[in-house]
Amino acid sequence: MSRTIFFEVEILDSKTKEQLCFLDKVEPHSSVGDIKSLFHKSYPKWYPARQALRLDPKGKALRNDDLLQNLPVGTSATLYFRDLGPQLGWTMVFLAEYIGPLLIYLLFYFRVPYIYNHKYTLTSSSHHVVNLACACHSFHYIKRLFETIFVHRFSNGTMPLRATVRNCAYYWGFAAWLAYYINHPLYTPPSYGKTQVRYALIIFVLCEAGNFSVHWSLNSLKCEGAKCRRFPNPSKNPFTWLFFFVSCPNYTYEVGAWVGLSIMTQCVPVALFTFLGFIQMSIWAKGKHKTYTREFKDYPNFRMPILPFIL
Amino acid sequence: MSAPAMGTSKTAHTDSSHKKKKGPGTLATAYLVIYNVVMTAGWLVIAVGLVRAYLARGSYHGLYYSIEKPLKYFQTGALLEILHCAVGIVPSSVVLTGFQVMSRVFLTWAVTHSVREVQSEDSVLLFVVAWTVTEIIRYSFYTFSLLNHLPYLIKWARYTFFFVLYPMGVAGELLTIYAALPYVQKTGLYSITLPNNYNFSFDYHTFLILVMISYIPLFPQLYFHMIRQRKKVLGHVEEYSKVE
Repeated sequence: MSRTIFFEVEILDSKTKEQLCFLDKVEPHSSVGDIKSLFHKSYPKWYPARQALRLDPKGKALRNDDLLQNLPVGTSATLYFRDLGPQLGWTMVFLAEYIGPLLIYLLFYFRVPYIYNHKYTLTSSSHHVVNLACACHSFHYIKRLFETIFVHRFSNGTMPLRATVRNCAYYWGFAAWLAYYINHPLYTPPSYGKTQVRYALIIFVLCEAGNFSVHWSLNSLKCEGAKCRRFPNPSKNPFTWLFFFVSCPNYTYEVGAWVGLSIMTQCVPVALFTFLGFIQMSIWAKGKHKTYTREFKDYPNFRMPILPFIL
Repeated sequence: MSAPAMGTSKTAHTDSSHKKKKGPGTLATAYLVIYNVVMTAGWLVIAVGLVRAYLARGSYHGLYYSIEKPLKYFQTGALLEILHCAVGIVPSSVVLTGFQVMSRVFLTWAVTHSVREVQSEDSVLLFVVAWTVTEIIRYSFYTFSLLNHLPYLIKWARYTFFFVLYPMGVAGELLTIYAALPYVQKTGLYSITLPNNYNFSFDYHTFLILVMISYIPLFPQLYFHMIRQRKKVLGHVEEYSKVE
């Protein structure tokens, strides 16, 4: 029988350096996640998701799956704790971010009192395209809610509450702003009439289908949290053939759907939302692309992050 | 849109504390010295212009017109500072610098220049004087710092005068925007109404009111930041003088 050497772990506050907790008889194969659970027992308000433990007060936070025996510490480790603030699980974050725009847009579509001039309260627009835009916008967010609940598999990561509130303010605010103009009594339908709306609708529908196909395909990758054994590849579904050209076709299709909606409504706020979304998604796509090329040596050179051949 | 999987709070400042601070090269330093000298000179021209106009007229009303051109040139020229941060020869944040310069340029062009009726207001003199004194001190501070010969007086002035100049400038700016409101509303300046082909509207009057409201959270943050900087910069020197 081998003698197990137990570790001692002392946890100090990053700022004040006072000792918050002392754990003795810690198994050497314990992970940082286990330590966080033990710490949580002494401090019930700091659940593991809101703990950041570091070897150095100014260093990087340790990962939950790091093992104690693999860290550059002796048998007695000193860890520094920082409170990350209240956290929300990813599912909750997305539900909050998507339900807002869905419902808020409808408030404007039905011309709820006090938004527009009182003589228009609870009336409906005479333009066909306004009804179509409402259907598309609502479909977009209902699809997202569906994907959040049934399709996506999230890592156990969380998001700080403050960041979620800020993101919600952005999405909800923008939805209100664009809904205000589309459902306004003085709304002007697109310059090229039914043709413009028809083509825009085709673009929108194709991109929504594409986006869903890509999400479905990413779902079948069998990833464990953020680590994947394989990078995504085109499948039999033609919509996934965009994977030949880009690393993140879900973002490409997303931008495409919003471009479709912009053309359909011919409304500057929608175009602005599309543009800002494109910038943000390009940043995310570039990051994802870098991760892929770093992690997989056989990653195809041909692929661009978000726009085929361009970006 | 789905965000990447990991979420932790931002700790951007830890990056700069790990990298060694790389100063600008010799060519960049020479350029920056010239830039800061030119800006110091420019704001001195504005200061002298104000004094001369005051002595010539005998009153401080309507002095804006005597320094209108140099004010526009040198305040707009400050846009280069955003470029300096973006390129990396100045170690400041692009966003912060951009915000500060844009707010000055906004007041110079989109308010004072655009609404003629406010140009004779005394509030304009209030912020012009505040800006002039601040910028002369600030640009000479940068010039001397780049040449590694910073007189304590300039450092002290930069981190002390703001106590009065900041509120003075803010007061002048707010009063000027407030004075512009009725004229903007009457003429519909920079505003777009519905209906139009792009289904967009913009009310400059409401926008100016929102700008005024934004001073409420922003001004205290900047003010207390300067106070904290003062403790760090001037507090240090007091310790050294004790050692000597």
